[in-house]
Amino acid sequence: MSGKPKLHYFNGRGRMEPIRWLLAAAGVEFEESYLEKKEDLTKLQKDGSLLFQQVPMVEIDGMKLVQTRAIANYIATKYSLYGKDVKERALIDMYVEGLFDLNELLLKYGFLPADQKVEHFANMMDKATNRYFPVFEKVLKDHGKDFLVGNQLSRADVQLLEIILMAEEYKPDILAKFPLLQSFKARISNIPTIKKFLQPGSQRKPLIREEDVPKVMKIFH
Amino acid sequence: MSGKPRLTYLNGRGRMEPIRWLLAAAGVEFEEVYLETKEQYDKLIKDGFLLFQQVPLVEIDGMKMVQTRAIMSYIAGKYNLYGKDLKERALIDMYVEGISDLMQMILMFPFSPPDAKEKNIESIKERATNRYFPVFEKVLKQHGQDFLVGNKFSWADVQLIEAILAVEEKVPDVLSGFPQLQVFKSKMSNMPTIKKFLQPGSPRKPPPDAHYVETVLKIFKK
Repeated sequence: MSGKPKLHYFNGRGRMEPIRWLLAAAGVEFEESYLEKKEDLTKLQKDGSLLFQQVPMVEIDGMKLVQTRAIANYIATKYSLYGKDVKERALIDMYVEGLFDLNELLLKYGFLPADQKVEHFANMMDKATNRYFPVFEKVLKDHGKDFLVGNQLSRADVQLLEIILMAEEYKPDILAKFPLLQSFKARISNIPTIKKFLQPGSQRKPLIREEDVPKVMKIFH
Repeated sequence: MSGKPRLTYLNGRGRMEPIRWLLAAAGVEFEEVYLETKEQYDKLIKDGFLLFQQVPLVEIDGMKMVQTRAIMSYIAGKYNLYGKDLKERALIDMYVEGISDLMQMILMFPFSPPDAKEKNIESIKERATNRYFPVFEKVLKQHGQDFLVGNKFSWADVQLIEAILAVEEKVPDVLSGFPQLQVFKSKMSNMPTIKKFLQPGSPRKPPPDAHYVETVLKIFKK
């Protein structure tokens, strides 16, 4: 047993990607076990490894943690990415929950049937540029500091960078009206652990390709 | 200013109800502002009260908090309903998130088309009896304690009793295969703060009706 956290999911972003980002940002090495077919999921369910029969599941510190937020909360606290007190935590939670909502929109897109894609795309771009990005642009503008909360790196910064990069994959100029988010992106991308995660060969997963969608759907349905 | 938390939402359960439950269970009195018109909602947005232009909004300790989970985490932490250490916290988080997935089905139910309603009740029943309730039945059986985590009342207990009662409104005999949960339901319902919340005249909101659905659609339409 290596002592490293072990992630169970399919070989793609989905709901596990924010967790990969968080571990990577914290400089924590982790292993991955990929579900490739339905039988892989069924085996985990039969073993009693999945509390609610679902992945993501992360084996860490003797626990089999499930539920994305529970996992992320644990990792963020353990590696001091969750602010220094309850009020900073509350701010981080608000920001992170907003980002989770946007992440839901972004992650769904690849799995939608063709006839729903156009409207969904418009909605997710609209939400990114009119609901979520303006909030973080303003936060950075109001306090003028490098990080979103408490002048130190937190999970909110990690999640925001992740979301910015995903949104840019769909619309490369999406940060055109957000100068502070542009400099935030550059700054956070240069943090050594994150820079390493952004390089080829890291455990960061690519955007799902259309041809891979059926295989993933088969695992879960 | 009263110093009490102030909740802004519609006069109905929706996404605010778990927050009302948690405050009530903690014995915390709160005030409520009800959104009845689109204009009220638009004004809140224009005044910059809603970080992501959404309710629930809870004004507490000088903050204007939004996002249900952020609000609940803060309240749970503040009133010692979040376990004694990181590992208990992780358990509570897992349980709460699972229950929240079940409650999401109940939340969405009133908005489903009439011809889908029976199927949706079946889905709620299936998920409750095959995925969620067995987990908590087993947890309680294995440790034999009154509360889900750490032998102490926590956010997880509050969320579970809320979910049990909500599912029972749709599937009255849903606990028939779950003796531990039946005992749990009875114990939680008799805790003084929860007992009070379950009495008529409390801030607890009734199940959503057609008027509630209408109000939601009216206020949140683009």
